[in-house]
Amino acid sequence: MASEITTSEYIKHHLQNLTFGQKQVETEPGVWAPTGEWGFAMSTGEAANMGFWSINVDTMFMSILLGTLMMWFFRSVAKKVSAGIPTATQNFAEMIIDFIDDTVRGSFSGGKNNLVAPLALTIFVWVFLMNLMDLIPVDVIPQIVMQSAGAIFGVDPHHVYFKIVPTTDPNATLGMAIFVFMLMLYYSFKIKGAGGFIGELTLQPFGKWAMPINTVLETVTLIAKPFSLGLRLFGNMYAGEMVFILIATMYGASLVLGSFAGLLQIGWAIFHILIITLQAFIFMVLTTVYLDMAHQEHH
Amino acid sequence: MNINATIIGQIIAFAVFVAFCMKYVWPPIMQALEERKKKIADGLAAAERGRHEQELAEKRAQQVIHEAKEQASEIVSQAQKRGNEIVDESKNNARVEGERILNSAKAEIDQEANRARDELKSQVGGIALAGAGKILGREIDEKAHTDLLDELVSRI
Repeated sequence: MASEITTSEYIKHHLQNLTFGQKQVETEPGVWAPTGEWGFAMSTGEAANMGFWSINVDTMFMSILLGTLMMWFFRSVAKKVSAGIPTATQNFAEMIIDFIDDTVRGSFSGGKNNLVAPLALTIFVWVFLMNLMDLIPVDVIPQIVMQSAGAIFGVDPHHVYFKIVPTTDPNATLGMAIFVFMLMLYYSFKIKGAGGFIGELTLQPFGKWAMPINTVLETVTLIAKPFSLGLRLFGNMYAGEMVFILIATMYGASLVLGSFAGLLQIGWAIFHILIITLQAFIFMVLTTVYLDMAHQEHH
Repeated sequence: MNINATIIGQIIAFAVFVAFCMKYVWPPIMQALEERKKKIADGLAAAERGRHEQELAEKRAQQVIHEAKEQASEIVSQAQKRGNEIVDESKNNARVEGERILNSAKAEIDQEANRARDELKSQVGGIALAGAGKILGREIDEKAHTDLLDELVSRI
């Protein structure tokens, strides 16, 4: 950790994504105006004022990198797959796939659906890999990125941000949740028809005489599903990341405190393995359950 | 930590990964798993069938051995019986043959004895005749007394 910045700045730095968008300048304290140029945000305030049409490059880069890695692995297994004696790699892939298949069979009863199981596999492995980035010590990759950016582009390293855990960015988790929500709506319409789906939203739980109340209740329930899905993952990972950052702030303090922080980091990392896997699993199971509900006809 | 266009990028990336997984990853691996499941089930069924067949074969083998044993003992008893028969038969034959040899020997002896007697008789006749001739002198007509002598000889 850089010694010339305060703990608060250090934490803020770690919680800022590398954002690309319309450059902003602070004309007077608290007031930002666009410069008309595009580029990376150089401060938290600038990133916050870039508006919707900006993009978190680190989140996108890491998630696509990990997703590609995952797909490359499974594709390479699928190409050489044999029904005979499996290789160690195939065995590993099969173990994961068998586990997903069992879980999906256990919680999805909507009949034959070619989407749900591959969707569950993608969610589980992808989210797991993205969460796994949390176990890399918080400063390693950001420092590499900061220093190399400083060396190559001549930018002040302190203004280069990099978050390596995509799931600590609500954009990533809510993006996935919204995709799941879109699938829920698609299957609701497909299985139950527009009438059936609207009926489900308006005619229960209190019958047709309480239609407005039903509509409000059911709509809230419906909207809450993707939100809780995305925010649960985000909240867990963000909190875990925060603990790692807080532990990391202790390293510079003294030898005793630094060693204590080392022990703490190991302990928290071991505990975090559980959270990482559990959150990936929960996201997967809830997606399956929501899609199952979209397939169920209510009466 | 603000919501921005990243959310759209994530939706697209997610959709692409899911589509890829659905098309190129899940079906081949699942198919291989199903195939292996079937193979194992077939193998188990074949093993079961094989065991059943082995049981049957063992049973049949036992039966064959049993039959063979029975047959063997039958053959042995038959052979014994036949052996006894052969022994009896040869004993009989031997006795009959012995008797036959004995009889023929006896007959031969009798024949020999008769011949010797006849010879003796004729010789005795001649000797008697010669004796009588010597005694009675030369006049006795040999021819006239032959009948007498023959009668004498036949009486001896």
